[in-house]
Amino acid sequence: MALIINEEQQMLKTSAAEFLKEKAPVAALRKLRDEKNQQGYDQALWQQMAEMGWASLVIPEQYGGLDFGYVGLGQLLEEMGRTLTASPMVSTGLVGAHAILLAGNAAQKERLLPAIGAGELIVTLAIDERRQHHPAKTTMSAVKQGNEYVLNGKKVFVLDGQVANQLIVVARTAGKAGDEAGLTMFLVDAQAQGIEIGHQQMMDSRNAATISFENVKAAEVLGQVDQGFEVLTQVLDIACIGISAEMLGTMCEAFERTVKYLKERKQFGVPIGSFQALQHRAALMYGEIEICKSMVIKALQAIDQNNPDLSRMASMTKAKIGETIRLVTNEAIQMFGGIGMTDDEEIGFFMKRARVAQVTFGDYNYHLDRYARLLGF
Amino acid sequence: METITQQDLDVFRAETRAWLEANCPESIRQTPKSMEDVFWGGSNPHYKSEDQKRWFERMRDRGWTTPMWPKAYGGGGLSKQQNKVLLEEMTRLNCQTPLFSFGISMLGPALLKFGNEAQKKEHLTAISRGEVWWCQGYSEPGAGSDLAGLQTRAEDMGDHYLVSGQKVWTSYAENADMIFCLVRTNPDAKKHTGISFLLIDMQSEGVSTRPIRLISGKSVFCETFFDNVKVPKENLVGELNAGWSIAKYLLTHERSMIGGIGDVRKEKPLFQMAIDAVGLDNGKLDDPVLRADIARWMIDQEGLMWTIERTTDEAKAGQPIGAKSSFFKYYYTEQNKLKYELLMALNGTEAAIWGDTYDEGKLARDFCRTKGNSIEGGTSEIQLNIISKHILGLG
Repeated sequence: MALIINEEQQMLKTSAAEFLKEKAPVAALRKLRDEKNQQGYDQALWQQMAEMGWASLVIPEQYGGLDFGYVGLGQLLEEMGRTLTASPMVSTGLVGAHAILLAGNAAQKERLLPAIGAGELIVTLAIDERRQHHPAKTTMSAVKQGNEYVLNGKKVFVLDGQVANQLIVVARTAGKAGDEAGLTMFLVDAQAQGIEIGHQQMMDSRNAATISFENVKAAEVLGQVDQGFEVLTQVLDIACIGISAEMLGTMCEAFERTVKYLKERKQFGVPIGSFQALQHRAALMYGEIEICKSMVIKALQAIDQNNPDLSRMASMTKAKIGETIRLVTNEAIQMFGGIGMTDDEEIGFFMKRARVAQVTFGDYNYHLDRYARLLGF
Repeated sequence: METITQQDLDVFRAETRAWLEANCPESIRQTPKSMEDVFWGGSNPHYKSEDQKRWFERMRDRGWTTPMWPKAYGGGGLSKQQNKVLLEEMTRLNCQTPLFSFGISMLGPALLKFGNEAQKKEHLTAISRGEVWWCQGYSEPGAGSDLAGLQTRAEDMGDHYLVSGQKVWTSYAENADMIFCLVRTNPDAKKHTGISFLLIDMQSEGVSTRPIRLISGKSVFCETFFDNVKVPKENLVGELNAGWSIAKYLLTHERSMIGGIGDVRKEKPLFQMAIDAVGLDNGKLDDPVLRADIARWMIDQEGLMWTIERTTDEAKAGQPIGAKSSFFKYYYTEQNKLKYELLMALNGTEAAIWGDTYDEGKLARDFCRTKGNSIEGGTSEIQLNIISKHILGLG
């Protein structure tokens, strides 16, 4: 399949770019931050996005979605990455919706997917428990009592966890930490008794939550008991590729702003972009970004095509994009010089978003290791 | 332009497959061990085997030594799509390329674009038929990265040019029949505007060569000296003093060749070589640092291949490749050097063996040779200059 987007996808990308530039530029994120907005995003904006079909882009038509495909979704995420738009697109549109779509039964899909698509329901995945992402090392316990399970433990870095309606909680119903078998996903009402949500403002001015569970009763299993790992892996692979598309947009925008600055900023009477020390570093970044672009579109196509090699592609993409966005945003600050250190200049927001996105769903080290493991070395 | 339907292509594929099955000798259906094993043509042809000769002659008679060149110049007259089918079918059988030459990969494309009818007829036909071995005279001792600073003079003597000077890094100059050269025809003009593109017979009086020994050992490179060499006027390609645009065009070709576009050679994946050499411990390579380095290299390599694929698709959709070939040249050669660093690491003390022959110390010597990858065909630094100037617009 040709590694280019088609006309329909290009139209979506262009209209998304225009919309976001007007409604959700970096200045909007700054405003949310300065207002100490607890929601972490603009609800009215999210409603508008939902009305345009963004939250239901890859949801099948039978559940009220557009079934537009992942390459299309990638274009949206990339544009949102360019403007650093804060929204539940990742937590709910990408991860929550997919967990339900891939693991849910018909009734769960009918109940939840249309509401997600309409922008009325926030469903987020509660998975990480430690500083490092590592699904198989989940320890949170779920003990069966009659027809229910009782959850105990703590989750960290739950995206949009402070405003979620439903939580998808990954817990251990069998085995020990490190086992892939024995994990189960539960659908839990965020208001359920025994849940305590601690709101955290993150470095990128978005929001996440630390959530503790004390004897929380969970009656609704998402998928199969003890066999949640496999479908969770699929969900996370898609999540990694999706967030990589967003990160690609962020790095492209940061890089373009940096190159523009190199042409404008004068020292010693000439634009600093005339200095070879900076030119070569810019050229190196250009090349790495080209590689990233190819990986992202290849990986998005792989989701659309049900490629059996998706896990390896997801890990290599997340690893490479993570490393490159680190390079590009760090260099951006250096090349902007003193101005880059000021809060007035927007470039710093790009580095901060990069840092959070890098550790979301596993960082470079995790995915490099996973890539090697999947190849058998 | 005549349109080729999928049906036509399917027919072409079937015919090509059948012809290759019937005409490619068994012994030719394997990857050549080295450049010494391939056929280079020339006025004094050297065949490794009867099969090699047979294969070359059969392919030559079909015009498939240069499949996409016009039939009038000895080519096959194939379209891009047909050529792709031919390459795929040759890869399927693992057929060797019947004829290697700088005439095919470098001079030919320049003549097709800049040559006059007589030059095309004479030289392209001889190249397709493998009758003339060409070498390239670009670099000079004082003109490496600053190629346009070249000093080899060609003086207009009325009925001929008189050439004096020295070229360096002329691959296979000792075997070559002809050399295509950049020469200075106007010493008073600005350096880029006083250069012409000239074809010179290596048998001419006053031409001499000397081989160059590299850090990797014996090499195909030579120095070539011109001492008052007479060159006929009809050997000028393009306009007088307009040779630089031909040179630039050719360098782009060379870069995309070094950049690996069309490189279809198969070998064991790097991680597999590492497992064979280092072993596994609990399912992981028994050297965690090397494991991470190899994973990283493989990811970048696959990303590079996908980027070549994407750029090809974009070109088909009408987006020009432009200076992107500089990026491919840069990235491919840096990756190749890194690959040999990793091969040295995973082979440890064995990689340190030099031996008496090239084969005994092949890895160590190949490793040394890769250091030249980011120097020849324009250094990595020059490629980065081109990217920053022509793609990023930094001046």
